[in-house]
Amino acid sequence: MHDKTVTQLAAALKSGELSSRELTSHFLQRIEKADGTLNSFITVTAEQALNQAEAADNARAAGKAGKLTGIPFALKDIFCTQGIKTSCGSKMLDNFIAPYSATVVEKLNAAGTISLGKTNMDEFAMGSSNESSYFGAVKNPWDLTAVPGGSSGGSAAAVAAGLVPAAMGTDTGGSIRQPAAFCGITGLKPTYGRVSRYGIIAYASSLDQAGPMAKSAEDCAHLLNVIAGHDVRDSTSVSRGVPDYTETLNAPLSGLKIGLPKEYFGDGLDADVEKAVLEAVKVYESLGATVREVSLPHTHYAIPAYYVIAPAEASSNLSRYDGVRFGHRCDAPADLIDLYTRSRAEGFGDEVKRRILIGTHTLSEGFFDAYYTKAQKVRRLIRQDFLDAFEDVDVLMGPASPTPAFDLGAKKDPVSMYLQDIYTIAVNLAGIPGISVPAGFSNGRPVGLQILGTHFAEAQLLNVAHQFQQATDWHLQRPAFAEEIA
Amino acid sequence: MQWETVIGLEVHVQLATRSKIFSGASTAFGAEPNTQACAVDLGLPGVLPVLNEQAVAMAVQFGLAVHADIPEVSVFDRKNYFYPDLPKGYQTSQMYHPIVGAGDVEITLDDESTKRIRIHHAHLEEDAGKSLHEDFHGMTGIDLNRAGTPLLEIVSEPDMRSAKEAAAYLKAIHSIVTYLGISDGNMAEGSMRCDVNVSVRPKGQEAFGTRAEIKNVNSFRFVERAIAFEVERQIELIEDGGKVVQETRLFDPERDETRSMRTKEEANDYRYFPCPDLLPVVLDQAYLDHLRSQLPELPADKRARFQAELGLSAYDAHVLSASREMAEFFEEVQQVCGDAKQAANWVQGELSGALNRENLSIQNSPVSARQLGELINRVLDDTINGKAAKQVFQALWNGQGDSADAVIDAKGLKQVTDTGAIEVMIDQVIAESPAQVAQYRDSEPDKRGKMIGYFVGQVMKASRGTANPQQVNGLLKEKLDALL
Repeated sequence: MHDKTVTQLAAALKSGELSSRELTSHFLQRIEKADGTLNSFITVTAEQALNQAEAADNARAAGKAGKLTGIPFALKDIFCTQGIKTSCGSKMLDNFIAPYSATVVEKLNAAGTISLGKTNMDEFAMGSSNESSYFGAVKNPWDLTAVPGGSSGGSAAAVAAGLVPAAMGTDTGGSIRQPAAFCGITGLKPTYGRVSRYGIIAYASSLDQAGPMAKSAEDCAHLLNVIAGHDVRDSTSVSRGVPDYTETLNAPLSGLKIGLPKEYFGDGLDADVEKAVLEAVKVYESLGATVREVSLPHTHYAIPAYYVIAPAEASSNLSRYDGVRFGHRCDAPADLIDLYTRSRAEGFGDEVKRRILIGTHTLSEGFFDAYYTKAQKVRRLIRQDFLDAFEDVDVLMGPASPTPAFDLGAKKDPVSMYLQDIYTIAVNLAGIPGISVPAGFSNGRPVGLQILGTHFAEAQLLNVAHQFQQATDWHLQRPAFAEEIA
Repeated sequence: MQWETVIGLEVHVQLATRSKIFSGASTAFGAEPNTQACAVDLGLPGVLPVLNEQAVAMAVQFGLAVHADIPEVSVFDRKNYFYPDLPKGYQTSQMYHPIVGAGDVEITLDDESTKRIRIHHAHLEEDAGKSLHEDFHGMTGIDLNRAGTPLLEIVSEPDMRSAKEAAAYLKAIHSIVTYLGISDGNMAEGSMRCDVNVSVRPKGQEAFGTRAEIKNVNSFRFVERAIAFEVERQIELIEDGGKVVQETRLFDPERDETRSMRTKEEANDYRYFPCPDLLPVVLDQAYLDHLRSQLPELPADKRARFQAELGLSAYDAHVLSASREMAEFFEEVQQVCGDAKQAANWVQGELSGALNRENLSIQNSPVSARQLGELINRVLDDTINGKAAKQVFQALWNGQGDSADAVIDAKGLKQVTDTGAIEVMIDQVIAESPAQVAQYRDSEPDKRGKMIGYFVGQVMKASRGTANPQQVNGLLKEKLDALL
């Protein structure tokens, strides 16, 4: 049951072969057995899940089931869930229970899906290894000595280990695509504005975007159908029709023009990763696509620009955690300044503090133009690079990450961690969609192929990814860990 | 040395939207603490602001009313600082691209002269909550009902040269926003408050002196008093060899003084940057045209029209156009009675006196504009005399009758213009006043005019005030002179 895709499980529920209650119990048992090892969940909501499953089965019996009614999934612990703790991976919010749910959560509830719980993540989504979580590191099911990637590491590990059929993540600089690549699953970051940010705890508001993480592109299409769309509560969500993303999955790829950005195949790229990506490109050629090299000349400015813009927004977004109204408050504050400083010093971890400091500095009087204004100019150039490239090609392909999953504890220097996101970060700065699909292995650790499209080209990305998964079986590989959970 | 005062004002006007600028919570004043603060106002994690379109429309209307440029694009920025009544740790405001550009306002001074004060810009922002320091035994209470209330901050150029000009400017702004209906202008409830920038310089010097900013002054009177104190303080300081430092000061109305709050060195670095949660506001010409077509007649236009078309004096026109309610009341009275001068006299005289005595605003006047207009009509058509008119007014004020005519009938105040009836009363008064008649007869002819007043009074008394005083005067003179 656990290795089936959402699409397969939905069919089994529809035929009556399975009930949602059975399915939900099965996955809850797997979480119970395996998550002590993986640490992919912060909160498991077993009772609520079983109640939801029963309601889903009743709805089905009453003929009121939708496509995904009764399908279990998990939420990154950054999505606010009414009545259930939303920690954002931080001590600061270890006691925070939102009185509202994120729009994504409401939409998933309305679709009849079953939330099994909240997954582990880097603190406030700041990290690329899930090691900055207050709730401890998450292990990669393919190799328990490796990180699952981050910041949506819990979601990626849980899906890869078969603890849930699918999960929701968020991606600010690669936080869906990189962990999807490290854990051998499929993860889609939609166009900025495609999915509502309402109720998603903000890290960097102009970059954050939620998306599905699952075993296949087809599953991602089903989930995106549910969560995409304009939301009056998010002014940056885009008022634009949502197609049925499953309808175009089987469109043929003959004539597809693929661009390979030369900047994505340079120094620092692991040889196995490069090989896997180029092999995948060959598969596309066999499907009728043409390939050419393109250039994204401002690529090397993406990380510096990101590490000005994202921390600037974060320093402001995280100001509300002051110990006054909710979240962690220090014991016996002497005065207001003591309340602020100790609550924040105790509540935030090192990486969060580092980014708040960077952001506060770059926004300061006398530095603003040199950093923030300049970074915004670079951001426009990066966006233009992509738009220029999409004049000539339909999609871009490259690695999702320069290396496969690295060892837990291997990256001590923050900058080496930041460089992990070299191929994903520019995509957020440009606001375009990207998907990572499994494309091979390096020493037993998965490699992800990243496919990028122009704004609102999700249907095309899912089609291109799905056709690859029809021609290959990388996405069907399961870690031994998943098979060993009895 | 002769000193010149230079003043600029930042006026914060709470806009009269039903809900907050970025959330659906109510903006009503006076609710129980923290009952009108939703998740957005509380700054809970994950929630997002949604701009209230009404606040935009109101800001633009103000801009149009002060002849300002309205830029096509305006942008919200975050002003970052920590304070317990600022839930998000930043205030959403407009720093770099405000919604209203440069404009100007005409102010009227005591001598009825006018002056143009330039407006630098006006921007939209959200109000903070309130910190309550009393009643919490050494702790501070936070009330977030006010958090997120829309504010329009109107920033003037340093064009004012006296406390009187500053007060006149504040009154002009008050008048415009209440005319537009974009604020209730209630200063006691904090709907309008201002920061005053004051500096002094030797007369004739071009460069500005160092300014002090007096925060949160919330009445016309306090603005004048705060400036008066601050000007004196700065001049004394300089004349004693000291230097004014750039700082923020607080006005204490009880002690009638300003006190230092923080100096420039202690000032926050607000780290402004564009708010990524809100899209730039883009206004097209059609929208501006639509709002322009909705603008009411504004105080300056009304004042000009009252003078040019209704023939009012500059003073009357100014007083009667100061508030929209006053102007509308006056205009209705004028339309009913057709006599602008009489309408102006009654509204500013009898009516305003009565309203002031009972501390009522004109909207709550017990005498309606129609009633007052009809009353004036009865004076104009000689149905009653001026004295009886005051009685009628008082009766209407006290609710003793629905209309002037009803009161006149009920009280029998209709003026007696029948010559025969008046003559009967005169003859009786003359018969009953032999001593006064003798005195009249014995007086020098030029003193007699003065003495006739006694007889007029007696006849009016006999008629219970209803005799036509002009007729009484004329007939009395004839009859008395006949006795000479």
